[in-house]
Amino acid sequence: MGALEDRFPDNILFTTVDRFLNWSKKSSLWYMLFATACCGIELMQTGASRYDLDRFGAVFRATPRQSDLMIVAGTITHMMADRVKRLYDQMPSPKYVIAMGSCANTGGPFYKDSYAVLKGVDKIIPVDVYVPGCPPRPEALIEGIMKLQEKIMEKKNLVKK
Amino acid sequence: MEAKKIFDILSGKFGGSIQQLQESTFPPSVVVGSDAIVEVCDFLKKAEGLDFLSLVCLSGVDLKEQGRMTVVYHLGSMKHGHMIAIKVELDRSSPHVRTVEKVWPVANWYEREAYDMFGIVFDGHSDLRRILMPEDWEGHPMRKDYVYPKRYHTWDV
Repeated sequence: MGALEDRFPDNILFTTVDRFLNWSKKSSLWYMLFATACCGIELMQTGASRYDLDRFGAVFRATPRQSDLMIVAGTITHMMADRVKRLYDQMPSPKYVIAMGSCANTGGPFYKDSYAVLKGVDKIIPVDVYVPGCPPRPEALIEGIMKLQEKIMEKKNLVKK
Repeated sequence: MEAKKIFDILSGKFGGSIQQLQESTFPPSVVVGSDAIVEVCDFLKKAEGLDFLSLVCLSGVDLKEQGRMTVVYHLGSMKHGHMIAIKVELDRSSPHVRTVEKVWPVANWYEREAYDMFGIVFDGHSDLRRILMPEDWEGHPMRKDYVYPKRYHTWDV
């Protein structure tokens, strides 16, 4: 590193463009204020001061237009499914989805013979991370968000695969 | 007030329309002919000593084997602390009954639910739409011969 030493002032760091872009994406995962069932209570809890999602750069937004992340927190009925899809379509890219809890993963307790409940939100929108639990504790959701951050860091933006 | 006494009052007032008293159910139930249901309900709500001001619950029952459908009205009186159920037997092939929306306004949503789940048509209802299922849903899910659809809009059910 002899050639670079003492040529730049302090606080200059070197990295690749890909890593920089991914770092900026993963550090501002603004999630949509959207919850349909009891998982929503845990989602609020996760965002509140004790578990404090803000330290990951994740703050809630009340509109899909400003959101990067959709946390599907709760049971999705067929009636709601159209709205979920519309909300997802309204989010700007790049956008990510976490399916939180059993209902959003598979239909959960409503899997067998329910006429009303959608059996997993992955039937209508692509899901990045599944968080199991009924409902998951805040630690589990935070782990899900950290897994999503890992996934974002692996993305190659500028190189053809 | 005792169920037997309510039954006697109703029988005295409406005669043959009051068909049967079933005391084994909770609350005890009175089977009423479907023609007189609105008048019976109106009487139960307004009569001195009965005062069934509250329609606690309205539900449908599908009795497929007997070819019938039943609408059950659970009535309660806060003033006297008594309850009674009113049952109306309907033909399963075309279940029609008059609405009691004019008696208890809350019946509006109850009847929409019974319509949504069982396909019971409440004649004279001001706004008989589905309430729980999507409006373009096919069939009535609580019927015993209901067949689950394979697909809805763009996804598998």
